[in-house]
Amino acid sequence: MKILVLLWAVWLALAAGASAANAQEGFDDAIVDARYRALIREIRCPKCLNESIAESNAPVAADLRREVRRLIGEGASDDEIKTFLSERYGEFVLYKPRMTPTTFVVWAVPFLLLAVGGFVFWRTLAARGQQSLDEELPP
Amino acid sequence: MIPELGQLALALALCLALVQGTVPIVGAALGRADWMALARPAAAGQFVFVVLAFGTLVYAFLTDDFTVWFVAEHSNSALPVFYKATAAWGGHEGSMLLWITVLAVWTMAVAAGSRSQPQEFASRVLGVLGIVSAGVIAFAFFTSNPFIRLIPGPADGNDLNPLLQDPGMIIHPPTLYLGYVGMSVPFAFAVAALLTGRLDKDWARWTRPWTVVAWLFLTGGITLGSWWAYYELGWGGWWFWDPVENSSFMPWLMATALLHSLAVTERRGIFKSWTVLLAIAAFSLSLLGTFLTRAGVMISVHAFASDPTRGLFILGLLALFSGGSLLLYAVRARNLEAEGGFKPVSREAFLLANNVLLVVAAGVVLAGTLAPLVVEALGFGKISVGPPYFNIVFLVPALPLVALIGVGMHTGWRMMPTDALLRRLRLPAIAAVVVGIAAPFIFFDTASVLTILALSIALWVCASSLLDPVRRLVFRTGAPMTRGQVGMCLAHFGVGVFMLGATAASAYNLERDFAARPGDRIEAGGYELVFNGTRQVQGPNFVADEGEVELRRKGELVTVMRPQIRTYQVQRSAMTEAAIDANGIRDVFVALGEPLGDNAWSVRLRIKPLIGFLWLGSGLMALGGLVAITDRRYRLAARQTERAVAEPAAGAA
Amino acid sequence: MWRYVVPLAIFAAIAGLFYRGLFMNPNYVPSPLVGKPAPTFSLPSVTNPDELVSSASLAGRVSLVNVWGTWCVECRHEHGFLVELARAGMPIYGLNLRDDRAAAIDWLDKLGNPYVSSGFDPEGKAAIDWGVTGAPETFLIDSDGTILHKHISPLTARVWQDDFLPLLREHCSPADCPFLAAVGGR
Repeated sequence: MKILVLLWAVWLALAAGASAANAQEGFDDAIVDARYRALIREIRCPKCLNESIAESNAPVAADLRREVRRLIGEGASDDEIKTFLSERYGEFVLYKPRMTPTTFVVWAVPFLLLAVGGFVFWRTLAARGQQSLDEELPP
Repeated sequence: MIPELGQLALALALCLALVQGTVPIVGAALGRADWMALARPAAAGQFVFVVLAFGTLVYAFLTDDFTVWFVAEHSNSALPVFYKATAAWGGHEGSMLLWITVLAVWTMAVAAGSRSQPQEFASRVLGVLGIVSAGVIAFAFFTSNPFIRLIPGPADGNDLNPLLQDPGMIIHPPTLYLGYVGMSVPFAFAVAALLTGRLDKDWARWTRPWTVVAWLFLTGGITLGSWWAYYELGWGGWWFWDPVENSSFMPWLMATALLHSLAVTERRGIFKSWTVLLAIAAFSLSLLGTFLTRAGVMISVHAFASDPTRGLFILGLLALFSGGSLLLYAVRARNLEAEGGFKPVSREAFLLANNVLLVVAAGVVLAGTLAPLVVEALGFGKISVGPPYFNIVFLVPALPLVALIGVGMHTGWRMMPTDALLRRLRLPAIAAVVVGIAAPFIFFDTASVLTILALSIALWVCASSLLDPVRRLVFRTGAPMTRGQVGMCLAHFGVGVFMLGATAASAYNLERDFAARPGDRIEAGGYELVFNGTRQVQGPNFVADEGEVELRRKGELVTVMRPQIRTYQVQRSAMTEAAIDANGIRDVFVALGEPLGDNAWSVRLRIKPLIGFLWLGSGLMALGGLVAITDRRYRLAARQTERAVAEPAAGAA
Repeated sequence: MWRYVVPLAIFAAIAGLFYRGLFMNPNYVPSPLVGKPAPTFSLPSVTNPDELVSSASLAGRVSLVNVWGTWCVECRHEHGFLVELARAGMPIYGLNLRDDRAAAIDWLDKLGNPYVSSGFDPEGKAAIDWGVTGAPETFLIDSDGTILHKHISPLTARVWQDDFLPLLREHCSPADCPFLAAVGGR
């Protein structure tokens, strides 16, 4: 266990450095790199069959990854980067729908379903609680 | 000549399916035993012709008959023999024929296993299966015929999609179909019960094993697909919430709810409405999957060539089967109401919560999958709903569900004294939370609240599932466990293992991309990688650039990894073959990206802790199901012995 | 009693949605730039690196911006029609995407050059501002610089007639667009 922790610390030490975007698709700074990787997973490749730009081999995906790296390097926030891309490619290119009056419903539905489920559950419990527990046991 | 025989066989199968689908059902309504008796022979005849038809297609592939359009599209003379045979389901038309063949296999199994059931009921079950068969065969025959000829035939074929030239990808469709299509069996049982007007504990006892077997295959099929995506697609991902993936997951969720709901119906004769609706829903969602993959309504890498005509036909089938059965439910559901009370803390209550949460989970997935379609249809533009959305919202029903599994397993029927329950569960619960908090910090140095929560719940389910087996095997206390109980513990333990894998692999996934020249050393995640350049290798129908990467730990060589980029000669597409070193507690995943010139390559490294637990957990779930259905009460011989023993005893009493 | 109809009602709604969905095109992604000003850009010309092609070049008249590349197989299908349009007087500007300069010049020499000038964008940087995903893509730009329409896939006579001409007639009088009659407008 200790060895793992030690190795992990060594790795972190090596990875901590300037937030330079290296030519090979990532950042030297581990935290910025993690942010970059999470962000590119949320951007849809506009020309692919349902892939994020993180996973696609398409040229436009590589170009978009480069843009994201450039924007991170310039200090843009995640929101600003998403706005930049959606201004050019549409909301279609964001895998996590941004909150608008329309998409609010999309985000609310899971909680609504849970509420309905909860309601059904309580009603059934109440009804069954009133019924007799006696009943012949299976043979 | 042979393909034409195949077409003829398919046409005959259609006729027999039509007979199978109508005569026995009418016969059951009229009480005509001779008409009802037609069910089994019709099913047998249909089976023979369907297998014949499928056989002729495989024959056409094996003999390189490129005058058959489907063979020319999906095969090539240089294709290895094994893939030639399995290319039969490498495209839409052939895969529909596989669907039909699998349905015929299930029908035969049901026909054989239904001898102990009353004829009125059995003939209705086979009748419903006949209607489904007829609908799907008609779809294949009229809109998606694999036997169409191309005259003159080309000199050679287009080759099988390289993505499918892989053993995992070849077993995945048949296994998945066995599960998917297998949902038609509980569906048929449910509709037959609605038609008969009677649904009792016997019905539940007949339906349950079929459901579990189909569920088993579905679990296996989905797992294979996920595992294949992981090792084949080159990015280390294993689930993308793609519409087609979701279409296999939703039936799985409903089938899981169904087999649990059947437990209650079998034991207490209640939850009949739930069970019937779940059976209809599971099959409907399977059909929905067929629709989404083939109608051109959604974009997916899984989608077959799309065609609105085919889409309309499948939508028609959906309307007939789902709409029809739900209409029947609306009319007959009143008969299903049954008395049977239980207290808020009881097995029934937990299984009710189980039903509700699984339905909510399936609903969440369905809503997310259809949301872009709804938003666009209503004119609000085009949005995308992908993994970032699903990964959050799915946890809303899923985390409570898994947590409750650990409690529900230990509750008794009708009512459970809460103090007894708490006393039993206190220790594993505390242990799970303690380890759940400590482990991330010991192994990884950081942890988010969500990670700790998920890990604790996963560990909790594992511990709770082991309580009874450990008491029995290690301490030799408590009653002997039936196979049903062992199966349950195993399957639930599998859920916990799966969740551990999913949490660790997602939260502590290490990703690095490198530009590497021959001789470069890279350090990451406690490992050292030495890139030794690439060389060309020749495969049967491809050429590959194979890289050599030494994986070292503190200087010691762990293994040599050989990732490839294959170029298949006919289709000229490039395929990544990642190199994976799996040691049970982590996978090291290395893939080549692209050549950067001057012998340098971009190399992708992923280190995924506990990812093997995903496949192990799923395997344990399936194994648990398998063990459960070998329980005595499903074994015919055992039942007959019981009956033989009971009769003289009853006579004496 | 009515609750028994709920599952059927839910199914009917979903089936209705699918029916509607069968007639929608999942591959069509509308561009958010339609109705907005064309993005500013300034690129060296393909044929002459010292010359600039920029948004200023587009100003003052209705024009087409066409994204192309020698690597793009479908671009060949529309090239002939573009040459025809250019000959009839339609101003077309090119955006040469991710291409090799020598190959591009060669292509224009061999197949004809329909472009007033083509901007050289080897890394796709300008293309991203236009929301370009690949080639061929064609934009119809108004004289004030507003993007009127974006078309993805080859520009054929049929597409020209159905999608571009109506917009051209709307935004262009014969005085402003002398080529209007020649390119098919009446």
